[in-house]
Amino acid sequence: MLARWIEAAGIPTVIVTMMPAVAEERRAPRIVGVEFPFGHPFGMPGDKAMQRRVLELALSVLAGASAFGTRVDLDIEWPVPLRDAYKAWQPKEASPIVKKLLATLGRA
Amino acid sequence: MIVDSYRFLPRSFRPFYEGKGSFPGEETPVWAPFEKRLQASRIALLSSAGLYLKASQRSFDLVREQDNPEWGDPSWRSIPAGVAAADIAVAHLHINDEDVLADPEIAMPAHLLDQLAAEGVIGSATADHLSVMGYQDRSLQAWREQTLPDLVAKLRDQQADGLILAPV
Repeated sequence: MLARWIEAAGIPTVIVTMMPAVAEERRAPRIVGVEFPFGHPFGMPGDKAMQRRVLELALSVLAGASAFGTRVDLDIEWPVPLRDAYKAWQPKEASPIVKKLLATLGRA
Repeated sequence: MIVDSYRFLPRSFRPFYEGKGSFPGEETPVWAPFEKRLQASRIALLSSAGLYLKASQRSFDLVREQDNPEWGDPSWRSIPAGVAAADIAVAHLHINDEDVLADPEIAMPAHLLDQLAAEGVIGSATADHLSVMGYQDRSLQAWREQTLPDLVAKLRDQQADGLILAPV
């Protein structure tokens, strides 16, 4: 939503997101999709080449998109097996809202 | 290649995100044309990773979120573009922060953006970038009423021609 509000204030925006389908639903003006684990919108720590590919794509969509709702997905596969990456991005301790949901489910 | 938006999301969380549509009153297109050449443009970054400066800024309020899980701190921090990774801290209860702490560029690539400016790909980067904590009350009211005007003023003050937002 910040993207829409800042765009409405006259500043062009692009959102780099792991959930481009959600950004489309929320009607973001320009979208770059990355299939990376949460917490890693620009890629792997220390991997300057990967980070650069994401940032350059974001810049080209920011400057070059011709219409509202433009979405471009980046074709990079996360270089860690899915099961490991899925576990690795999650906090060591469940967030307060997740704890609360789990407690609710436990009582149900 | 189409990105799978739910690849890394626990299956039980998917219904919280998928098929929800737009927020009420936020259906219509918003569009600010990008009119300059990139080479002549000043670019800013915004991260929702809850980044702050260890030595001089307050953390985002995680204590209150622990007490009230539906609440998220709506405040923001200004992060100088040249800050060293070691001076950045992360306040976010919804991700494992190890990788962001090891290399904050994965959330806010400020040094890389400066490098692109030095190479002439963009004109310049703003002197400061923007940090928020992305986990927010569903109404987003505090963000809209308190934080947004500050963010827009900061971007205008720095004469930003465009903003790259990266939720975590």
